[in-house]
Amino acid sequence: MTTDINTKLFASVPDADGRFGVYGGKFVAETLMSALSELETLYRRLADDPEFQRELDEDLAHYVGRPSPLYEARRWSDRVGGARILLKREDLNHTGAHKVNNTVGQALLAKHMGKRRVIAETGAGQHGVATATIAARLGLECHVFMGEEDVRRQALNVYRMKLLGATVVPVTSGSRTLKDAMNEAMRDWVTNVDDTFYIIGTVAGPHPYPMLVRDFQCVIGREARAQSLAQTGRLPDALVACVGGGSNAIGLFHPFLEDESVAMYGVEAGGHGVATGEHAAPLTAGTPGVLHGNRTYLMQDEDGQIMHTHSVSAGLDYPGVGPEHSWLKDVGRVNYVTADDAEALAAFHDLTRTEGIMPALESAHALAYAGRLAATMTPEQTIIVNLSGRGDKDIHTVADIDGIDF
Amino acid sequence: MSKIAGRFQQLAAQGRKALVPYIVAGDPDLASTVPLMHALVAAGADIIELGVPFSDPMSEGPVIQKAHERALASGARLRDALAMVATFRERDTETPVLLMGYANPVEHMGYARFADQAAAVGLDGLLTVDIPPEEVAGVNAELHRVGLDNIFLVAPTTPKARIQSIVDQASGFIYYVALKGVTGAGHLDAEDVAQHLAHIREATTLPLAVGFGIKDAESARRVGAAADGVVVGSALVETIARAAAQGANQEELLRVAAELVASIRAGLDSIAS
Repeated sequence: MTTDINTKLFASVPDADGRFGVYGGKFVAETLMSALSELETLYRRLADDPEFQRELDEDLAHYVGRPSPLYEARRWSDRVGGARILLKREDLNHTGAHKVNNTVGQALLAKHMGKRRVIAETGAGQHGVATATIAARLGLECHVFMGEEDVRRQALNVYRMKLLGATVVPVTSGSRTLKDAMNEAMRDWVTNVDDTFYIIGTVAGPHPYPMLVRDFQCVIGREARAQSLAQTGRLPDALVACVGGGSNAIGLFHPFLEDESVAMYGVEAGGHGVATGEHAAPLTAGTPGVLHGNRTYLMQDEDGQIMHTHSVSAGLDYPGVGPEHSWLKDVGRVNYVTADDAEALAAFHDLTRTEGIMPALESAHALAYAGRLAATMTPEQTIIVNLSGRGDKDIHTVADIDGIDF
Repeated sequence: MSKIAGRFQQLAAQGRKALVPYIVAGDPDLASTVPLMHALVAAGADIIELGVPFSDPMSEGPVIQKAHERALASGARLRDALAMVATFRERDTETPVLLMGYANPVEHMGYARFADQAAAVGLDGLLTVDIPPEEVAGVNAELHRVGLDNIFLVAPTTPKARIQSIVDQASGFIYYVALKGVTGAGHLDAEDVAQHLAHIREATTLPLAVGFGIKDAESARRVGAAADGVVVGSALVETIARAAAQGANQEELLRVAAELVASIRAGLDSIAS
């Protein structure tokens, strides 16, 4: 495939109907259709508006603290052997994860639409915290929906959101995790659509969300590409990022899609191991279906019911994935792989001890795979890993597993 | 003419409104559903809307969410809902039945296979909450091949210009969602509903049924005046759930369900034609 064809291919999605090949689309109840159209119209206008871009860039620079560094993890690279590993430090953003890149952008859209209230779903709590943060800054009312199981796992982030003035709504339906939080956020939106903006945290959901969240997260890859050229004099040989819904991965990958020499690995949560069925790896072990407004790979049973997922990291504990990832899998541009709970925990400890950087358990999945990949490469080669968030929120989970009671 | 269209035409000729009760297949258990369907018809239902259990019923309020959870726990899936229609047809070949649910179970079965099986069991229509006209081409081709109606929702937020694109894809009837929200929520504004129905009638001659928020004879009477029929979901599902939770046997379940439907029937029939 020539670069020219690639350029057209990767720039061609989503199409006017929000489709990435057969994936994506707008599978929602009629009540929401006009709100989605309104959002799309506004977004397409503002995306080309220099004043909006200036506002966004200013927030990213002075509120989020961008650009985030591209840091070479020398001791950890030496430990795993093989390629040089560079970390894109999204953990250093305000609120401690990549999520804020998107919430800052969507909050600006909410402001332009005159909405006084924002809602969000959250799994690990990072997107909830990022939404509560921007809501506090803009004086917006904020409700965050969070599965009861995740409220328990992520008590620290729940309290952070409350301190920021948000109302955290525990969701007790279904499996009480991220997918159920998203159902409940949709239910709230359908009820309060006149005054409420739904800030979706990942590149899933009905069109235009997968497109606009991708666009807001692409700052990660644009910076990483320029930093790689400036710091190493070349493009990386591989990119590695974890994939739950897939927003940090698409943000890193997208600006490199046309660079044919750059291999890409999206790392799904292997949970107790893909063979056990207890995992959260729809691209690896799922089939296409329709959930949460889009057609995409899903973990579903033989009757089309959505299956319960398992991952040690709440942020990856989701049975679907953004539709662009489904498409990138099918066209073969990105390799989707898994790392299981145990590998992620080992990587969490390794990076903490060798670099003094405590990664989020989500990001630890990317690290675990990058370690394996690096060992098969040479010291002349480089890998960029998206360190999508910091691990402070996971200290209780890790302590629990290590049998430590505070 | 489809069985659904025929039923509306017949009712219109009698100056009556259609009563469309909704229950979830397999709630509270697999064995109760078909007897419930017959009891609803005996109590005055004109069309049965059978909910297909789904793990993620995004448009449902708490009452129907719990019904989906109970139905899934009792083992009910799309194929069971189809089997129930087949059993219902052994005794009732006249009353139209439609399935209401979400895209994924139908998509997973495959549109063609679903259409074949639906036709074989004597189903008359399908309403998928999360397949808007923009996404419906594939499923409609299959439904039309076997002569099934596809029922669409029109919402209070649907712009006038968009109504046409919806009714162009629809057959059987149009389901007007009476309020912004999930099933079973809020209070109805009959005047607002009447105004929206008037807009829809400018675009189509299809019958219009109103649902979401109709809970008793009075709300059915108020909203029904401007419509061709009403859908009663949460109120009926809750009545059944309450009885089941109190340990009611099947006979008692059928009785409380039939009582509610009969009272709503009386409310609708009190509308002067």
